[in-house]
Amino acid sequence: MSTKKMSGAQIMLECLRQQGVKHIFGYPGGAVLPIYDALYDVEGLEHILVRHEQGASHMADGYARATGGVGVCLATSGPGATNLVTGIATAYMDSIPMVAITGQVRTTSIGKDAFQEADITGITMPITKHNFLVKHTEDLPKVLAEAFYIARSGRPGPVLVDIPLDVGKNIIDWDPSTYPKKVDIPSYRPNTRGHEMQIRKAAALIAEAKRPVLYVGGGAIAADAQAEVTELAERTNTLVTTTLLGKGAINEWHKLSMGMLGMHGTAYANHAVNNCDLLIAVGARFDDRVTGKVEKFAVGAKVIHIDIDPAEIGKVRVPDVPIVGDVKVVLTELLKVIEDRPWSEWNDQILEWKELFPLAYPQDGQLYAEYIIDMINEVTNGEAIMTTDVGQHQMWAAQHFKCKRPRQWVTSGGLGTMGFGLPAAVGVQAAFPDKTVINLSGDGSFQMCVQELMTATVYELPVINVIINNRSLGMVRQWQELFYKERYSHVDLQASPDFVKLVEAYGGVGMRITKPEEVRDALEAAIKIRNRPVVIDCTVPTSENVYPMIPSGESVGEMRVREDLEELKASVHADAEVWSYSDEDRVLASYARATEASRSTEKSNG
Amino acid sequence: MANALSNTIVQQMQDHHVITALVENHAGVLARVTGLFARRGYNIESLTVSVTDDSDISRMTIVVGGDHTVLEQITKQLQKLIEVLRVVDYTETAAVERELALIKVTADANNRSEIMQVVEIFRARIIDMSDKTFVVEVTGSPDKIDKIHLLLQGYGIKEMTRTGVIAMARGSRTA
Repeated sequence: MSTKKMSGAQIMLECLRQQGVKHIFGYPGGAVLPIYDALYDVEGLEHILVRHEQGASHMADGYARATGGVGVCLATSGPGATNLVTGIATAYMDSIPMVAITGQVRTTSIGKDAFQEADITGITMPITKHNFLVKHTEDLPKVLAEAFYIARSGRPGPVLVDIPLDVGKNIIDWDPSTYPKKVDIPSYRPNTRGHEMQIRKAAALIAEAKRPVLYVGGGAIAADAQAEVTELAERTNTLVTTTLLGKGAINEWHKLSMGMLGMHGTAYANHAVNNCDLLIAVGARFDDRVTGKVEKFAVGAKVIHIDIDPAEIGKVRVPDVPIVGDVKVVLTELLKVIEDRPWSEWNDQILEWKELFPLAYPQDGQLYAEYIIDMINEVTNGEAIMTTDVGQHQMWAAQHFKCKRPRQWVTSGGLGTMGFGLPAAVGVQAAFPDKTVINLSGDGSFQMCVQELMTATVYELPVINVIINNRSLGMVRQWQELFYKERYSHVDLQASPDFVKLVEAYGGVGMRITKPEEVRDALEAAIKIRNRPVVIDCTVPTSENVYPMIPSGESVGEMRVREDLEELKASVHADAEVWSYSDEDRVLASYARATEASRSTEKSNG
Repeated sequence: MANALSNTIVQQMQDHHVITALVENHAGVLARVTGLFARRGYNIESLTVSVTDDSDISRMTIVVGGDHTVLEQITKQLQKLIEVLRVVDYTETAAVERELALIKVTADANNRSEIMQVVEIFRARIIDMSDKTFVVEVTGSPDKIDKIHLLLQGYGIKEMTRTGVIAMARGSRTA
């Protein structure tokens, strides 16, 4: 209990320390000189010097996703701050808790177009949960306490704190023991407890349902609710599909897990959702990549929607039973009132679809991304933490990488940020130096933040980058093939650097593989390297597409499958007269018949 | 002409909702609110802001267009802003709504007395006068302002400004 003379910068770092912050990802500059000066002496805070501020924001994001804590990044005013924008927007779209601290020009220069001035609170208003411009050094402790509280509570999200040079420089009397331990903001009190009556209604719907499905999103990860989701699934014998961000909300090796749904989701998860009579949405927001055409999404289903953000309720789909609250708290209450359900024929039906429409890829001796990901599961015993970039490789990873736990899967979902994977992996590895962290990337995405290989080398972070190299911007190429008459406009990446030499130039280890039989050795060798980054450049075919695929804005009926299954689909559509239920039911019934037919042909041929 | 115009107004009014938001009286709150409306594509018909009895709190009265679903999203999204304390939708509530308008109307020796009669019927006031114009001040419901606007158009309106609606629930209920 003693008052000290401290600069704003010192106060800020003391506040971060008291918040439990261990790592800051940042890059210095004029307006943050007082902060960097104070960092020179500080103990208990590791600053990781990045090579580009965008990298700092993704690192803080990856760190937050893997640990569940708040990620912190730091940049100077003007261009430093604007370089954080992509990372802040990425975190905002995926509801990731982050505090971004930016320098600002002196309070007396604000609004005068001073050197390196940018209105970063104005710029980030639509992509932060909240932001602050601190005008007085005395306000710093309260603002920082509120920033961390807002970032991690309710529906989490990024918060930006803009600190002018003089606010960081001023010296005031401050007693560090007065840093607020608890924060109360009268205008911000998120509701975590679900309404008791609504929970009872939900239990009643679950008891009545004949064909229930659990649809679980990132909210379940944010709420740390894997145990509750799994218990609900097991006790009611309900199969679970997760969104891209919900991966890990149930162990994906569990027999009740159907993997991901949506545009590139498994066919069986999509068929299940489309034919269910009760959709239990848990911390998910009915994103367009999940629903496709909303009017045709799960048309016959009643909906229970559990979400901490009231604005998500009814935004896309009006639920029959809305429950606003923290997913973990609500599920805990729900588990007290539900009745257990036996295994059902409906479940058998879904498992049958799972057998009929597996995630298959050719076994023709060529190297495929899916095989590499399957091998990652095997070689790491399912224990790796995977980050990804954005594109085909990301969707293959979403389909094939199997999470045992939450926070094993770090990917940019809502914003779809190419260049996210490597810096995110650096952030994850900084939090967990002893774990195997694999960034699954593409030859396009990898080049967007490739400079952070240097950060990994300097801090001895053994991030493994597996580049699915198809010498093409594969996902765009796929859309051009399917929807733009094969007019391959500007997707050719034949001209790329030699990634092996590139990583070596950054001080890491490079390998190149071209055949399936090389995958295991390469992965095993990479995992043993513990002090620098690794790149495994994997040459895969250019023309591979991600299937299944429901084209944008369409529904399950329009699902496209691998070419070898296309014939099957054609026969399904020809089989019109026996259709009797909803469109989707018909499709499924005939799918099943057609598959049965082709199987018996195979058998008789064999 | 007059009928067609008033029909349009009536139609518009059916999709109009008055909401008030109590917000913290900080710099930048207005930008957050208007930014939210702009980026989510909500249509603001009018917006007024003023400080309340408590100088730390401002009251925004916003007239928005859109159906019930849109209105629900607007109120929920507004409520999510950290500096917004409370949002009240007056659609289902008995409320008084008032607006003030200043209308500069062409008034020469030939029609002055006619205009003065209109002003009197609407309980409006003439607060400025020149050899060619009157400035008319009128207070009332938006509907009443629309009507006097329509009537004065016949004489030639040189300019007009409206404050936008402010609203308050009837009886003892408060926002």
